Amino acid sequence: MTPRVRGGLRLDANKARSTRSPLRSASVPAELILPLDQHAGAPARPIVQPGEAVLLGQPIAEPHGDISAWLHSPVSGRVAAIEPREVPYRVDPAQSIVIANDGRDARFAQPAVDYRAMSEGELRAHIARGGIVGLGGATFPTEPKLSRSNVASDRHLLLNGAECEPWISCDDMLMRERAGDVILGARILRQAIGATKCTIAIEDDIPLAAAALRAALDYQDDIAISVQHDIYPAGGERQLILAVMGREVPSGGLPADIGIVVQNVGTAAAVARWFRDGEPLISRIVTITGSGVREATNLEARLGTPIAALIADCGGYAQEAQQLIMGGSMMGLGLTSDSLPLVKATNCVIVAANADLQPRGVEMPCIRCGDCAEVCPASLLPQQLHWHARDQNLGALLQLGLMDCIECGCCDYVCPSQIPLTQQFRIAKIPVSSELQARSDASAARARYEARNERLLRIEQEQRERLEAKRRQLTGRKQ
Amino acid sequence: MVVALLITAALAAASLGAILLWLQPRQTGEAALVERLNDLLPQTQCRRCTFDGCRPYATAIARGEAGTNQCPPGGEATAVALAHLLRREPRSVDPQFGVMPAYPAVAVIDEATCIGCTKCIQACPVDAIVGGSKFMHTVIAADCTGCELCIPPCPVDCIDMQPAPAGMQRLPPPVATAG
Amino acid sequence: MNKSFPAATAPHTVGSNRVGRIMGLVICALLPAIILHVIVFGPGIVLQIVLGVTTALVTEALALRLRQQPIRQFLCDGSAVITAVLIAMCLPPLAPWWLIVSGTAFAILIAKHLYGGLGANPFNPAMVGYAVLLVSFPAHLTRWLAPDIAGLQPVDLSFGDVFHTIFTGQLPDALRWDAITSPTPLNAVRTGLAMGNTLQESVASPIFGAFGGKGWDWINVGLLAGGMSLLALRIIRWHTPVAMLAGLMVPAAFMYAMDPGTYPGPLFHLTAGATLLGAFFIATDPVSSATSNRGKLIYGAGIGLVTYVIRAWGGYPDGVAFAVLLMNLSVPLIDRFTVPRIYGHER
Repeated sequence: MTPRVRGGLRLDANKARSTRSPLRSASVPAELILPLDQHAGAPARPIVQPGEAVLLGQPIAEPHGDISAWLHSPVSGRVAAIEPREVPYRVDPAQSIVIANDGRDARFAQPAVDYRAMSEGELRAHIARGGIVGLGGATFPTEPKLSRSNVASDRHLLLNGAECEPWISCDDMLMRERAGDVILGARILRQAIGATKCTIAIEDDIPLAAAALRAALDYQDDIAISVQHDIYPAGGERQLILAVMGREVPSGGLPADIGIVVQNVGTAAAVARWFRDGEPLISRIVTITGSGVREATNLEARLGTPIAALIADCGGYAQEAQQLIMGGSMMGLGLTSDSLPLVKATNCVIVAANADLQPRGVEMPCIRCGDCAEVCPASLLPQQLHWHARDQNLGALLQLGLMDCIECGCCDYVCPSQIPLTQQFRIAKIPVSSELQARSDASAARARYEARNERLLRIEQEQRERLEAKRRQLTGRKQ
Repeated sequence: MVVALLITAALAAASLGAILLWLQPRQTGEAALVERLNDLLPQTQCRRCTFDGCRPYATAIARGEAGTNQCPPGGEATAVALAHLLRREPRSVDPQFGVMPAYPAVAVIDEATCIGCTKCIQACPVDAIVGGSKFMHTVIAADCTGCELCIPPCPVDCIDMQPAPAGMQRLPPPVATAG
Repeated sequence: MNKSFPAATAPHTVGSNRVGRIMGLVICALLPAIILHVIVFGPGIVLQIVLGVTTALVTEALALRLRQQPIRQFLCDGSAVITAVLIAMCLPPLAPWWLIVSGTAFAILIAKHLYGGLGANPFNPAMVGYAVLLVSFPAHLTRWLAPDIAGLQPVDLSFGDVFHTIFTGQLPDALRWDAITSPTPLNAVRTGLAMGNTLQESVASPIFGAFGGKGWDWINVGLLAGGMSLLALRIIRWHTPVAMLAGLMVPAAFMYAMDPGTYPGPLFHLTAGATLLGAFFIATDPVSSATSNRGKLIYGAGIGLVTYVIRAWGGYPDGVAFAVLLMNLSVPLIDRFTVPRIYGHER
């Protein structure tokens, strides 16, 4: 094993309770809610009208802008409404397409395609049409991420199966049960970026998944499997690149800038289904776990299914349910209601009992113990950032690398003074990023101003020269 | 005795170090000073300071021909930063040099009224207006610094200052990437 | 019918470390040394600790009240108790009561709360308190008892004698100071050298055992055990203690090699005076020390070096307190130059 993640934590993974039972399909509800902005970037635009009949897999919204994604109907039925609905990932309601399920699952005709005969551009365009976005949680549309890697000549595809966050086991179950999909998706993605190398990175605590992947590879060595220590946050994109390849993504840049494309294993499996079965991204695997639910398990659920329905599928709430979290316990979003729909980002739902989570103690002043710096995977000094964030000292925050914080929560976790550092940094990033924007605007305006001044000087110079030439001509003629 | 000497020596070394630190990033010469002053200016190029742009204003400050309180777009923060760099007493921006609107603004041309005279194009200090003679002009909002220099030359008074288009209104996308 | 839940932000769970736990474990780690102290020097230290802790808690409560801070929360964090215990461990066991009371009160009020209380004090409060006493009342701080070990202490001091001495500042009528006190190893070497004796002649005194002073070596074993458990529990990191011991022992070894007749060897320095107390319990105070690991190495090495310089050529027999304070002073500078390279940034 090559260089390790810097800092990080060994956490109680709590994964076993959701991997005891096999993956199964969730029941499909009567009404599905599909927010138009459930991916990173610009919201999609609806291409159906309320009342229109739709088929399973039929496109219902198209991308708008450079970074956006298609959206497909997860069931057959009728568009009940296009209206703002409550969503898990933002506070205000998001414009959503609501579909009334007719229960027939009538499919939209979409032929399978053979990726081997396709060019890079064709592959990427087809991936985009499948509505494929990053399923690790960030939901960055896959196609623009692939296209961006064109800047580097030597390209490497890194599949992220290092599910470092506690509780989440959806990628583990996917690799155990559908390793073939992951491998096929990896080959398609690799061809789509013309990568020379492809590596699947997993953590060392999922031996069954590793065995399944090796079996699916069947002694072919075109894809390497890299086993990493299970340290949180080894599965962070930047941390994984360092751990697997010993390289760092430049600050403010993207992995694609150094020729690396990281995709979640779930994304690869979704690509495989889209190419092989003609089924776009209309469902995903989600871990339903925590002591607040009766039977923790992994479900394959249609997008737009209300979280309450998923919990009902798992035997319903246990007595102790106290808190609802979408994602892991370190970076997940706290949900206030179970009526919210499953979206492309929902990799896990924790129905937490009090015993599952250690609550925060009373906040004390920072005692400069430095534990936070020790665990920071970006090698930041959280205690210094804490002082400057309190003082709103934007210059110092920028210099100390606030924008390089990946919000993993490690510093919070170890802080003996129980300071909510991550939340403080999230808030501090807002003015700091507008400061960054102001600085880049100013330097652009300055460049334009200086270019204009140069041009004006040059024109003046040319006019003078022309005048001079005319004058010489005139005097020459006189003599 | 020895402790006293030691402490004195340590203090002397520390103060020497501090002085060196303080001196180290400074370059001498007017050009370098102009550069550093210009870095602190907002690059609006609006001439409210009475000079022909941010760099000319920076040059004037460096030569002692202008005060540090003449930049309304930079506001108090810039006035303080300029004074700080020159180790002068900070002074509030003098309202005689203009008052900024409460929100960031950009110029917008009423395209129905524009007669295509190109006067505003010539006035724009950052080449943010496009259009040809006798053709309608338009402002590239992303490049407009809100300097208002295009308004007076317009013969038909078709340019208006409007709030700058805000960035994307949605919250940052879910950040949970360490799955 | 839908269930609603409280809003929360990530991370939703935290570790179990708390300021109070850190301070509590540091106090526990001092216990072996305190017990050995009682065995070697009698029950004086216990009374000193009781006096110190009471003073610390009262002044802390007073300061918190004046600063309008939550008294209960901060009184329970244990930091004031550590300050008091550390000062008590630096004082001679029979020092008069007003010494520990004034030193602790000064440490808590001036060195800690005037700078903003827990987490905001640039100097180690215990060392400020001790240094003030050392500068103001040097005579009282040299009256160390002869260790009650290997027949060095001729008098069997009862608890009543100790109580009487500490509270009246006078020995009971039957006792005399020069009968029951003996110089500390560092003092013995210093005065011996000053009188023109060689190091070997000075060390030949019966107060010295195989490793430095008799009795002192046991207390140092206790400190070492406590320090090791703090390391094992990850309450402190190895950087500061190791760097401090290296900063002290490397120059000691060098000078010893140059002139063994004048300069004691590194092992002597390891167990003499406050070396181990300083390395594991004082220099590791997070609030007043450097933050990054590299910074901790520099900070610790500086303390060790300054301690050696003061011991070898300075005006005081021991220099840990002054060395710590001097390096506290340099912490902002050290921190400034030891910012780690951020992921994805060029250095």
